[in-house]
Amino acid sequence: MEDTKKLIYLDNAATTQVDPEVFEAMKPYFCELYANPSSVYSFAGKAAKAVEGAREQIAHLINAKAREIYFTGGGSESDNWTLKSVAEQYAKKGKHIITSKIEHHAILHTAEYLEKQGYEVTYLDVDENGKISLEELEAAIRPDTILISIMAANNEIGTIQPLEEIGRIAKAHDVLFHTDAVQAFGHIPIDVERMNIDLLSASGHKIHGPKGIGILYVRKGVKISSFIHGGAQERKRRAGTHNVPGIVGMGKAASLAEERMGKTMAQETELRDYTIHRIETEIPYCRLNGDRTDRLPNNMNFCFRFVEGESLLIMLDSKGICASSGSACTSGSLDPSHVLLAIGLPHEIAHGSLRMTISESTTKEELDETVDHLKGIIERLRSMSPLYEDFIKKQAK
Amino acid sequence: MYSEKVMDHFSNPRNVGEIENPSGVGTVGNAKCGDIMRMYLDVDENQVIRDVKFKTFGCGAAIATSSMATEMVKGKTIQQALEVTNKAVMDALDGLPPVKVHCSLLAEQAIHAALWDYAQKNNIEIEGLEPPVNDIEEIVDDEED
Repeated sequence: MEDTKKLIYLDNAATTQVDPEVFEAMKPYFCELYANPSSVYSFAGKAAKAVEGAREQIAHLINAKAREIYFTGGGSESDNWTLKSVAEQYAKKGKHIITSKIEHHAILHTAEYLEKQGYEVTYLDVDENGKISLEELEAAIRPDTILISIMAANNEIGTIQPLEEIGRIAKAHDVLFHTDAVQAFGHIPIDVERMNIDLLSASGHKIHGPKGIGILYVRKGVKISSFIHGGAQERKRRAGTHNVPGIVGMGKAASLAEERMGKTMAQETELRDYTIHRIETEIPYCRLNGDRTDRLPNNMNFCFRFVEGESLLIMLDSKGICASSGSACTSGSLDPSHVLLAIGLPHEIAHGSLRMTISESTTKEELDETVDHLKGIIERLRSMSPLYEDFIKKQAK
Repeated sequence: MYSEKVMDHFSNPRNVGEIENPSGVGTVGNAKCGDIMRMYLDVDENQVIRDVKFKTFGCGAAIATSSMATEMVKGKTIQQALEVTNKAVMDALDGLPPVKVHCSLLAEQAIHAALWDYAQKNNIEIEGLEPPVNDIEEIVDDEED
């Protein structure tokens, strides 16, 4: 294994390092305060109090009420729960759902599942920067539309959707609005009141919290059925013994994210734009994917023509740099990322994508080193690429 | 994910490049599914492959199989080269992950396509050599089913 000290970790959209303060907050709930918070005795009281404290911390970050936060096993569960449950509860009103083509598979695959159950789903197109059109959204709403589910920010290209406008449209048409905020939660300001968000999915491990814990925010009054049966936890909506250390960790991570958000956003945005500028000026035939300004502060996504993403990742890995790609070879299928195809990239260009996602502990030196290596790697892969050879010969003519 | 041999051939690929005025050149795969392999052959008058070079756009396995395939045909007669199968290339690399098997097929196809071009140019027939398949996707589907 590589020396972890020299590791340059640029895959924070995949997962983040647990913050030492988060880890400290979790520690007592393994060996000391290990009680099941649902138990009657006073020993369980401390665990129950910790769970409720975390609920408050999380609710505060998105301007919700604590009782509107339900703990789940993660973002994917929250997405599955929302779609299946709203579909079931509101079937009498209608069986039409609106989402977008660039959602996470936790949404897309659940929507496809619902289609097999007789629901109709409209998948909105996005523009070349990954934004949905509000006009198309409004035009897609029908009398039988029961849910609009649009992600807050895209996990691959970082594009932030106009949540407030979507919320306004949803409210005006009396349709529920769910947002998959897994990448946005704790990274950019989200206010469920101001944005008229009815349901929101979030995850602990994208904000320096632990893995295996997430939440679903459900606005008071929204009907939602139980997803996991078998106990009275979470107001009988999500059975299963509380993951107390996970919950405490996510609560602490949410509270730290709220406290640090302004500073982190400014710092990450500066480093992001600096790196984007270096890559765009120093590496020819590249393209920035995603919106330049309405973009997660920690996200960079490029396509480099004539090279393939997996090769790029392995070569970066050999330099101790962790990043990710939307190439087919990294998705385990023959097709490149559905997000890159949805923004209109041809297959051969989508195969050469690279996503780098930073955190507040990423330094300028690390990014400079990465760009320096990247230049050499791209040059080397292009020298081996028949597509580049053909391109150069064509240019010479 | 990859064997040491795959990593070695990916990190230090053998025979990368082009041959000027090659005896035969073959390009297979398509950019749509993310792999393109081009193989150049220099064949002498005794039908021995004197030199071979490749260029590949593709994943780690695609580059490693190209590299290994060139090593396996260099110095061989065209009949011997024809016997270098995708399985032989895979075995020589100590195996490939199941999703990457198509890369080794591409390597076999690239050799065949280059040999076909050589045969066409020299107006000869090579026994057992089929015209190159342009759409590698179909082969892959058959292989994986």
